[in-house]
Amino acid sequence: MTPALQVSGLTKVFGGREAEALRLASDGLGRDEIQRRTGATLAVHDVSFSVERGELFVIMGLSGSGKSTLVRLLNRLIEPSAGTVEVDGRDLRALTDDQLRQVRNEKMSMVFQHFALLPHRSVRENAAYALKIRGVGGAEQRERADWALRTVGLLERAEARPDQLSGGMRQRVGLARALAADSEILLMDEPFSALDPLIRRDMQDLLERLQSELHKTIVFITHDLNEAMRLGDRILMLKDGRTVQLGTGPEIISAPADDYVADFTSDVDRTRVLTAGDLMREPRMTAHLGDPAADVLRALGSAEANGVYVLDDAGRVVGVARDDLLARALQEGRTSLDHRSLVAEHASTTADRPVVEFVHLLGRHPVPLGVVDGDGRLLGVVPRAAVLDALSAVPVRGGAR
Amino acid sequence: MIPHVPIGEWVADAIDWLLATVPWLFDAISEVMSTIVTSLTDVLTTPAPVVWVVVLAVIALLVRGPWLALYAVAAFLLVVSLELWVETMQTLALVLVAALIAAAIGIPVGVLAARHRAVSIAVRPVLDFMQTTPVFVYLIPAVFFFGVGVVPGVVATILFAIPPGVRLTELGIRQVDREVVEAAQAFGARPGQILREVQLPLALPSIMAGVNQVIMLALSMVVTAGLLGAAGLGAVVVRAVTQLDVAAGVEGGLAVVLLAIYLDRLTASFGQQTALSRVLGTRRRSRAARAEDDAPARPAVEEPALSAR
Repeated sequence: MTPALQVSGLTKVFGGREAEALRLASDGLGRDEIQRRTGATLAVHDVSFSVERGELFVIMGLSGSGKSTLVRLLNRLIEPSAGTVEVDGRDLRALTDDQLRQVRNEKMSMVFQHFALLPHRSVRENAAYALKIRGVGGAEQRERADWALRTVGLLERAEARPDQLSGGMRQRVGLARALAADSEILLMDEPFSALDPLIRRDMQDLLERLQSELHKTIVFITHDLNEAMRLGDRILMLKDGRTVQLGTGPEIISAPADDYVADFTSDVDRTRVLTAGDLMREPRMTAHLGDPAADVLRALGSAEANGVYVLDDAGRVVGVARDDLLARALQEGRTSLDHRSLVAEHASTTADRPVVEFVHLLGRHPVPLGVVDGDGRLLGVVPRAAVLDALSAVPVRGGAR
Repeated sequence: MIPHVPIGEWVADAIDWLLATVPWLFDAISEVMSTIVTSLTDVLTTPAPVVWVVVLAVIALLVRGPWLALYAVAAFLLVVSLELWVETMQTLALVLVAALIAAAIGIPVGVLAARHRAVSIAVRPVLDFMQTTPVFVYLIPAVFFFGVGVVPGVVATILFAIPPGVRLTELGIRQVDREVVEAAQAFGARPGQILREVQLPLALPSIMAGVNQVIMLALSMVVTAGLLGAAGLGAVVVRAVTQLDVAAGVEGGLAVVLLAIYLDRLTASFGQQTALSRVLGTRRRSRAARAEDDAPARPAVEEPALSAR
């Protein structure tokens, strides 16, 4: 299946002698040097990525990194100097103005940093804006705008004017406007940057909840790496208009591509980024009901462990066999591992949960934290030492560890 | 040393050429304008003054509020007692027609200038010229084209009053939040839709400030128009000057000022929330609220069901 959004070699030069600037840029010259020689500003250079359906793709960079230009190249609010943007396999640059407007109206919606609501229209009219442009009938406009407003929790303010709302509420309207358009792709240009930290958290929660239910394809711009790590399935790090690194949050944290990225990652709260799945490993040993108790006890001895996960035939966790109970079973003449040797002393989590959500479960039991899937099958274990190691690790500058 | 550049002669030649080539055009313009101004004057002067005093007061009440209404009653009754009612209404008609035409020219030009850099660059020196050239200079061609009477007065007034309409419209549209315009583009709006639904409404306060300036400038031209033989307060003042009649001059001048204050306060509140729009706004809102109540009660949804659409 074609990706929802495919970007290749996207480049934008503002002003100056464009052709020469492009040539110098492909020779690898920096922004300042190009500016000095041609008078042109290299805003974005040779950025390529593709976004899968339902993916939340984050573009992260500081101010001046070209991220706002980049997102506007995606819907041709800014005309690219070179490169292509394909939406559902259609090259946007090959479209006529009318076709482009149709794509913007039906396929991609944008959410803006400063909300960009129409101040003279009610909240409901703002939410229905894309539908109004589409020429949808009044009743349907109202119905879908109201659905979108209910979704963002703002239906009761539908009659209000934007200036009667707080910043967080206004951005909810911005979000509702994008949702009501029912387009597959959302372009979000630093949507939460202008909000208070607490409100920003609320909005991030809201976005996560919406995304888990609506599965939009989202391109999310931010300058906040914590936000990027929290929301993004994958993150593109942008610096001076060029891609520095592209990967998942944990990939970027554990192997920053260069000093620039490493600098960022040192500020990131790893307990919120790293998940059980990132840290889990194969258990050194597991046992099954019916195994010879003596063998299990011997194996525990050589592994210097006090307990072991006992699984059923499907790999589901039945319990934990503890060394002292095994020893007593042998004394009592029970030679195979049975239920009486088991205790329930273990804790488990799912692979997608961040460290912060399971850190309190670590080290309490004779076995490490188990990572299980939805059916209770053991996928791996997270030893406490692995968590401590990951949290304390300072990335080595200039390359992978 | 430096040869004489006969700019003045070129312009004079151009005017002669125009007069010789398209005399019917000026006749037509002249005919239309004088018809409009005379009919409006007739409408304003035919009923008893009290009728229009009441109407003007009611307009003030709706647009601005009770204080301006009170002022309107006092000011226009004073004008009646000065026996300048007819002249004041003649001036009002002239000002309204001139301001309307000036705004009808100035606002679209301002819109074009805001949207196209080239227009903006081309228009700016023309506006400078129109605003700074002494008024009497373009009275001369106005008289050539339209003779004496009310029409050259209106034309000169229009020329003089256009610039603020253009400038404030351009400024207002340029000052509209770029992100809001971008949002309209991002949702697929056409340029015309963006202009109508975003730029013009958001630029309205600035455009209306321009209209206010257009009207005030038009009013400041009445005396000049009087020189050309247009009837009204201008004629009163001109007569007073030529006859050195201090009393008549003061009374005519006072009537101009009273009318100016009324028009300024009235139009200054355009584009802001007026008493009228407040009344209409509340009515709209309460109607919407009633519609909400009439709608069948929906079950309260705590966690909105997202898939249910």
